[in-house]
Amino acid sequence: MATLTEILSAATSGETPRGWRRAVVDAEGWSRVAAALGAGEGTLMGLWGEPAAVFMAVLDESESAVWILSLNCPEGSFPSVGRVHAPAQRLERTIRDLFGLQPVDAPDRRPWLDHGRWELAQPLAAAPQAPAAEMPPYAFLAAEGPNLHRIPVGPVHAGIIEPGHFRFTVNGEAVVRLEERLGYVHKGIEGLMTGAGLERAARLAARVSGDSTVAYSFAFARAVEAALGIEAPTRAVWLRALMAELERLANHFGDIGAIANDASFSLMLAHCSVLRERVLRVAETCFGHRLMMDRIQPGGVTHDLQADHQGVIRGLIDEARRRFPHLVELYEQTASLKDRTVGTGHLNPALARRFGAGGFVGRASGRGFDCRRSLAYAPYDELLFGAPIVHRGDVNARLWVRVVEVGQSLGLIDQILDGLPEGALTVDSNRLSAAAGEGLALVEGFRGDILVWVRLGEDGTVERCHLRDPSWFQWPLLEAVIDNNIIADFPLCNKSFNCSYSGHDL
Amino acid sequence: MALIIDLNIQFTEMFLVLLLSPLLTGWVRKVKARLLRRQGPSVWQPYRDLARLLKKEVVLAENASWLFRVAPYLIFAATWVAAALVPTFATGLLFSWCADLIALAALVGSARFFLALAGLDVGTGFGGIGSSREVMIASLAEPATLMIFFSLALIAGSTQLSTIAGFMQTPEVGLRVSLAMALVAMLMVAIAENARIPVDNPATHLELTMVHEAMVLEYSGRHLAMIELAASLKLLMYLSLVGCVFVPWGLSPVGGGLARHLLAAGLYVGKLAVGGVLLALFETSIAKMRVFRVPEFLGAALMLSLLGVLLLFVTRSF
Repeated sequence: MATLTEILSAATSGETPRGWRRAVVDAEGWSRVAAALGAGEGTLMGLWGEPAAVFMAVLDESESAVWILSLNCPEGSFPSVGRVHAPAQRLERTIRDLFGLQPVDAPDRRPWLDHGRWELAQPLAAAPQAPAAEMPPYAFLAAEGPNLHRIPVGPVHAGIIEPGHFRFTVNGEAVVRLEERLGYVHKGIEGLMTGAGLERAARLAARVSGDSTVAYSFAFARAVEAALGIEAPTRAVWLRALMAELERLANHFGDIGAIANDASFSLMLAHCSVLRERVLRVAETCFGHRLMMDRIQPGGVTHDLQADHQGVIRGLIDEARRRFPHLVELYEQTASLKDRTVGTGHLNPALARRFGAGGFVGRASGRGFDCRRSLAYAPYDELLFGAPIVHRGDVNARLWVRVVEVGQSLGLIDQILDGLPEGALTVDSNRLSAAAGEGLALVEGFRGDILVWVRLGEDGTVERCHLRDPSWFQWPLLEAVIDNNIIADFPLCNKSFNCSYSGHDL
Repeated sequence: MALIIDLNIQFTEMFLVLLLSPLLTGWVRKVKARLLRRQGPSVWQPYRDLARLLKKEVVLAENASWLFRVAPYLIFAATWVAAALVPTFATGLLFSWCADLIALAALVGSARFFLALAGLDVGTGFGGIGSSREVMIASLAEPATLMIFFSLALIAGSTQLSTIAGFMQTPEVGLRVSLAMALVAMLMVAIAENARIPVDNPATHLELTMVHEAMVLEYSGRHLAMIELAASLKLLMYLSLVGCVFVPWGLSPVGGGLARHLLAAGLYVGKLAVGGVLLALFETSIAKMRVFRVPEFLGAALMLSLLGVLLLFVTRSF
């Protein structure tokens, strides 16, 4: 059987855009790529639709390149990838819900995002239809046995978190099966994107998942710039990285505290929340918004870092370097807390690789993929930072990856402040004007790799934009992780994944 | 006349525990918040919560049976009686003759029995989880409690709390290993019984990890108020019990004057405050244990108390 690289090279359409490859394939080529993915070659990075085409993003590890394959499907159907490669299943169900394109021979034919409450069925298809009068009740997967019982949890939870339904089948305390049902916060972002001007589209992209707003804006801006064939000024690029690292710091501090808090160790949460709040306030001071929302635009950034604000950020770094090691020590020395995290929620490295788990989920299970390094983009190609890879795959490992990444981000911020070049903040606005093209960008958010693919029309509006959250490939793994654990440990596993509901539901 | 005064003191004691218990809960919460460098709600907040709950409408599940509606009052009554039986500031009160350790264990056990039934009654998943966990914990906590009570009874020669407290103040007690074991076991049982960290977390919002909270998830309004008040009373009862058996100094003896009673009451409040601080300190410094570690934890309590009893038998036979 031909290797993935050979299949893809044969399919290439000659011209290759910078940083990624593009190919239009036929149904047979599509199936061959799917089979290669199923055989464990390459990693599926995304799968999305258009009214009459489907797209697939594949990472070819041997060449460190991302391929975008498209298959025109005028008949409204395409060969299922999920049939041979499980990570594609939910993505295919989404394509069917949104565009009405049928994955042929798909193993799972249930709807995913569509809960039967939309005003239109297949809202993004060429011809949306009126919804069926009554959608049959969602059929959860079976798990039967004499001592089993089911516990439905959510979509509304007791804490202030986003909505998602979890259906547990348990035998006493042991979880036999967990099935997730998501889609409660579907906002129709991809529908809103279509036809939007760049400014509005950038605002939409920033609102996909609030905690990763910088990473989303960063990815969207880079995708648009790739489509237009322009580059943002170096100072803007470095400032983007500064914001991205600040966002990562804030989220990691929050997560580390929240994981400990789910084991009822609120002391850690209290201290980590203080650090997180410090980061957010510094962001407010330097960039005028606590989450730095809408600070990155296609073509550059909107806010400059004032010279005297450099000191503010340095102060933050010093404080974090002073205080955070004590918290790590507190974690390490609290035996009762370690007892909860070590060995809990083990994620098999083979599964992590198959699902292409990004971020701390992958890195805690031996998958070292990090966009900043594997598909290096400016300015990370000029910066030095390590790659924490742990193989234990438990909650403790995922927490440790975060701890190491905090140190890494502090080092990166230091380097960025030292090397921050002078210059303009944005490109000339006339260079942003209408030009058709396709662009792809992958940016490392705090959860993992965010993929944004955009196609601009002649009039400079967005024809189609797809934003893929890292959670798409992490949510299914959570189902696998909880197997054979006890149900009382689920909150801990869940928090160690901290997947995005909003980013997933779009 | 003497009877009326005695009655008055006895009733004062009963209402004292009822009125103090939300304050104790509020105090523990406040200390915990301060330890986390938070401001925390006022210590009076539990009273406001109770008042609010009493005013609110009760939302009942459609398939709730009479048991579900009656259980909160039964739980509250049993816990209040148990809390009122423990000598708080005075021994030898009018009803002290019925302040029996075995009765205490039975009252607490009955309250738990009804709570576990109520958790199952509505048939929600969480109630079932909570009840099954609670019963698992109880199956180890109750024998441990009885063993502790036996060692106390063997040492003091009575199961009457008033007598035990009196005996504990005499020099006859001395330093006893079995007493120390009983104290440690008692503290462990108290933590489990009151759903405190590391066995359960009274402040959690995570449905899947709850024990006590999971059983009462379906309650609202005055029913919930009764259960919350009962939980506060139970905490107060255990602290009072530890206080009257292990630090009985300052208890007002039979026939003590009004001034003596007042002094003893003040001292009692002081003991509770110190107990609350210690509890908050302990809870802040430890994470919750995995559910299946709880039997080990309580097993240790059971073993300690059993060892205490055995030690007493062995030393007696010589």
